[in-house]
Amino acid sequence: MKTLLMILFSVILVDNLVLSKFLGICSFLGLTKNLKNSMGMSAAVTFVMLVATAVTYPIYHLLLAPLNLTYLDNLVFILVIASTVQVIEAIMHKLLPALYNALGIYLPLITTNCAILGVMFLNIDQELSFVQALVNGLGAGLGFMLAMFLFAGVRQRLEDAEPPEFLKGLPIALISAGIVSMSFMGFKGLVENLFG
Amino acid sequence: MAKTEIKKVLTRGLLQQNPLLALLLGTCPALAVTTSAVNGLGMGLASTFVLFSANLVISLLRKLIPDKVRIPAFITIIASFVTILKFLLQAFLPDLDKALGIFIPLITVNCIILGRAEAFASKNKPLAAMIDGIGMGLGFTAALFSIGLLRELLGNGSAFGYKLTFLEAIGLKPMTLFVLPPGGFIIFGILIAFSQLLMKKLYTDEPYTAEKAPRIQLDKVESAYAGQDRQTAERKERIRGPEAVTGAEGQKRQAEASEEAK
Repeated sequence: MKTLLMILFSVILVDNLVLSKFLGICSFLGLTKNLKNSMGMSAAVTFVMLVATAVTYPIYHLLLAPLNLTYLDNLVFILVIASTVQVIEAIMHKLLPALYNALGIYLPLITTNCAILGVMFLNIDQELSFVQALVNGLGAGLGFMLAMFLFAGVRQRLEDAEPPEFLKGLPIALISAGIVSMSFMGFKGLVENLFG
Repeated sequence: MAKTEIKKVLTRGLLQQNPLLALLLGTCPALAVTTSAVNGLGMGLASTFVLFSANLVISLLRKLIPDKVRIPAFITIIASFVTILKFLLQAFLPDLDKALGIFIPLITVNCIILGRAEAFASKNKPLAAMIDGIGMGLGFTAALFSIGLLRELLGNGSAFGYKLTFLEAIGLKPMTLFVLPPGGFIIFGILIAFSQLLMKKLYTDEPYTAEKAPRIQLDKVESAYAGQDRQTAERKERIRGPEAVTGAEGQKRQAEASEEAK
């Protein structure tokens, strides 16, 4: 239980997926102009991360590793993620049309999102158990949501700011992202000190 | 291909359509591995290798891949080349492999490679696709190398791993911030600003911005990106009145208003 909480807190706050590990920056920069888009995208990312972890973890540990085929992990993971996203989209379209209308347009975008593939590889690198990997995926998605939520708010404020002409638009947004990332650095040491 | 066209395809990837600074593709590895100039250069060259090979193979197979399965087919080809790259790096450059870590497998989902495959390689002859791959790859490498060099100089006081002691002598102490994540964001933002300035000075025709970049043709997604500006303008108008809407949306509304007034 303690380890699960440690994993959760460290991946949401200390090693935040977007602000510390730089996974998922494309959607971070592209979709945070609007709060609704950010929330929709991060909800979809969290969902796909959970499902993808549940599918790829058994495939890696029961199929690839025992047969010494670990070099195929790259190919297998990306194909599994792509097909999982297709299947999720089809199921949502049929069974949960309201949810599909809210999240559906982000699903194709998630296939090429480094965050999902990155978390899969992190689960392997950190040698987590199945439950730990699921919690890692959930935490990564929640951290993604937190980062996008904060940054969407910052970008709304930036619309009223008047930076010099050459910094307008993306440059000032990136510098603000740097400051948000700096604030998250303050969480270093949180996990060790809270959970002993 | 005419010589001028080859030169144009090669050079447009450097500044005008620089995949990282202008089209904003491939930002994930850009910020994460550029903690030193050598890492940035290595990542850029690795991505160029995959981009070049994937472009070539996809262009050779373009008439055989059915349209419905093109994205999974592209992904399979790209993933295979990334696996080859990982083996090559593990064998010949193990230090680089350890430094780049999980970002080598993440080249698979690098938006540049998939985007160029969709926009260019699947529609052009192999020679053109190869040259485009080299051009875009060189532009990406140049951008990564600049970010890496700046971050290493400012954050570590070294370049290419050699400590530059004369900088400390004249009083320029390194700030560790720049090799940490916040510094990556800041340097990236400043570099985009300067590249946009440079583009404005060098190219007098309309700037090629990220919004116009050829993305993967996912029709539903286009509406997600495009609707944001309109929603922002509407919210501003609601809260502050019509004068508050500035920029491109503002000009559009002024044009509509003047049309109605006529």
